[in-house]
Amino acid sequence: MTEKKIRVLVAKPGLDGHDRGAKVVARALRDAGMEVIYTGLRQTPEMIAEAALQEDVDAVGLSILSGAHMALAPRILELLKANGQGNVKVFLGGIIPDEDVPQLKTLGITGIYGPGTSTEDIVRDVRTSVLGEPAV
Amino acid sequence: MMNLVEALLAGDRLALSRLLTQVENDTQEGRSALNELFTHTGKAHLVGVTGAPGVGKSSLVNQLALHYRKQTNKSIAIIAVDPTSPFTGGAVLGDRVRMRDLAGDAGVFIRSMASRGTLGGLAHATAAVTQVFDAAGFDIVLIETVGAGQAEVDIARLAHTTLVVEAPGMGDDIQAIKAGILEIADVLVINKADRPGLEHTERALRGMLEMAHPVKHVFQHHGKIEVVESPIGAQENTAQFWVPPIQKTIANDGTGIPELAESIDKHVRYLESSGDWNLRERSRLETELDALIQDTLTTQFRSSLPEEKYDRALVLILERKLSPWEAVKALMNGRKI
Ligand SMILES: Nc1nc2c(ncn2[C@@H]2O[C@H](COP(=O)(O)OP(=O)(O)O)[C@@H](O)[C@H]2O)c(=O)[nH]1
Ligand SMILES: [Mg+2]
Repeated sequence: MTEKKIRVLVAKPGLDGHDRGAKVVARALRDAGMEVIYTGLRQTPEMIAEAALQEDVDAVGLSILSGAHMALAPRILELLKANGQGNVKVFLGGIIPDEDVPQLKTLGITGIYGPGTSTEDIVRDVRTSVLGEPAV
Repeated sequence: MMNLVEALLAGDRLALSRLLTQVENDTQEGRSALNELFTHTGKAHLVGVTGAPGVGKSSLVNQLALHYRKQTNKSIAIIAVDPTSPFTGGAVLGDRVRMRDLAGDAGVFIRSMASRGTLGGLAHATAAVTQVFDAAGFDIVLIETVGAGQAEVDIARLAHTTLVVEAPGMGDDIQAIKAGILEIADVLVINKADRPGLEHTERALRGMLEMAHPVKHVFQHHGKIEVVESPIGAQENTAQFWVPPIQKTIANDGTGIPELAESIDKHVRYLESSGDWNLRERSRLETELDALIQDTLTTQFRSSLPEEKYDRALVLILERKLSPWEAVKALMNGRKI
């Protein structure tokens, strides 16, 4: 029997055209032994939810630099729930103003990461939240 | 509540996705699902797409699926396999990047798979995942794998139709083609036909096709090797013999895709008219059955054998006091060692 692999979708919703950060995170998750499904730029919330469903992922990582996170992130959470994937952990990276953080967390975003966050922190958070272990 | 198998058969996509995970992980639930689903399999046309990294396999799969969705009513499942890092066990699966045109179409289901452990394991998992899609009622299953030795041969054995993809300028001696690729190719695709060097690649492939004929198809049948040979010098397809056609495509803009799809359709008709479909099916299932028998017998035998006895035999073999064959005989007959 194969051990359970953590599967993570890394997606870049919205119109901004930089996916360097998303790629760095994707590689860090891979180096931590996870299977990362990378979908590329300019994904709509519908495309992201569909990919999450087809790939049966445990977590979704979103990179949003455009400032549209208050529109995109809640919509993606809503679609995941509608598809029966409310248990999927959603992480958000990008330029997120402090005042938006509480609301995003209330809506169900598991972790929020600004520029300069170490990838180790992200990897650890993904792992502990998916495996249901308490964060250390 | 419906169980996953019932939900899958009723068309529930989340149930399908979750079962794919169970099957890929080879869990108890996955295994029993495969048992239940098996009677629903055997209908899908399995198409393998293989070739070196970067030749445009994912882009081609995208275009082919688009074509089928526009021209036919057929539903399409895509299995895209990428390598697992041998150092970390992780993988970045990026084939979906090239398949964004297919988003939002309920008649398409894309699943990325990491190659994970052993080659044999990959073939096993791919075959199992394919069966789930087949049972779920998908008409065509496109299986993308990186062309590399044994994995390629295994996928070819799984698929009814195998496309081998080349691109101009990918190494002029075309090493990949030499490595027995003509034995597994049902259709040869030269993608990136917009690139310089097209004529050279085409000439090389044609030369090889001419030299390779008659093409021998080798099948296992009741442990015997059966060879079906096409007539010497055959250059054309007939109801009984198939010469792999060469199709030129530009996967970025769809040039050559209708012609490629037509080749694939022709191959299906050939498989049906020649009896090759049944022969391939039979040989594939026989291989699977043999592997299962081996597995089951080994597990059964080892569980009834005291560990110390096995270890003693191993030590005697190591010391060259007993040959492995004698050891097996002794162990099987319950003789003292
Ligand atoms: N010029 C040209 N580029 C292509 C063609 N098909 C694919 N590509 C590009 O080749 C690269 C690799 O394609 P991909 O489908 O990912 O190849 P794979 O690794 O074999 O799956 C991408 O940048 C594609 O846009 C083609 O027909 N012509
Ligand atoms: Mg690919």
